[in-house]
Amino acid sequence: MTDQTTRARPLSPHIQIYRWTLTMMLSILHRATGVALYAGTVLLAWWLLAAATGPESYAQVQAVSAAWYGRLVLFGYSWALFHHMFGGLRHFIWDTGRGFDLKHVEIIARVTSILPLLLTAGVWVAAYAYMGAF
Amino acid sequence: MSDMRTPLSRVRGLGSAKKGTEHFFMQRVTALANIPLTLFLVGALVVHAGSDYATMTAFLGNPFIGLIMLLLIVSAVYHMRLGLQVVIEDYVHGEATKLLALIANQFFAFTIGVACVLAVLKLVIG
Repeated sequence: MTDQTTRARPLSPHIQIYRWTLTMMLSILHRATGVALYAGTVLLAWWLLAAATGPESYAQVQAVSAAWYGRLVLFGYSWALFHHMFGGLRHFIWDTGRGFDLKHVEIIARVTSILPLLLTAGVWVAAYAYMGAF
Repeated sequence: MSDMRTPLSRVRGLGSAKKGTEHFFMQRVTALANIPLTLFLVGALVVHAGSDYATMTAFLGNPFIGLIMLLLIVSAVYHMRLGLQVVIEDYVHGEATKLLALIANQFFAFTIGVACVLAVLKLVIG
């Protein structure tokens, strides 16, 4: 009974109907990066278990993280982390009841999309510096 | 089909689950904790980007580093379990599949959490 009444109701248009906006993209990205970070914890567990197991296991982690595909995943991982973190900070602002007017929503949206990119770039420049690349 | 009551009236009188705000609150608490904890991990990984096995395990074997790692693992795993639960509840509509997905979420989160804790304990205690 519940199912039938639910299905008979009209549905709101799906995402492809609307003109894309930054705030909408960020909302979707917040969830997407969250899911990606969830899957990424497998890598965290692998890294820690390998370190706890021994040099041979750890060498495998190092080999994969040094390969181009490993680097690509780690680069994406770090960006997802920063993006999700700033998305969360945005939600903290909203939790206080502030920042809901369009002007501030747009400002916050821009800041929380650009800062994660800068931080990701900064972190990787620093990481390569520590690896002795410069 | 004879039941014309609203969903609200059907649950009234059954008592509350007493969990109304726990999910929301813990999502925020763990989110807050995750900020300094993940920043610490990222910083540590950057500084150790060129480190070999011995240096890395010596670092992770430090009890204070181990403590931060354990706090990070507990907070992050708690947070991601709550987050994915909402994603599942939003997108998986079949009762059986939803239930299975929610259980899988619990199993995955607990497995990752226990695996990471076990590894950190071994690195610290030896």
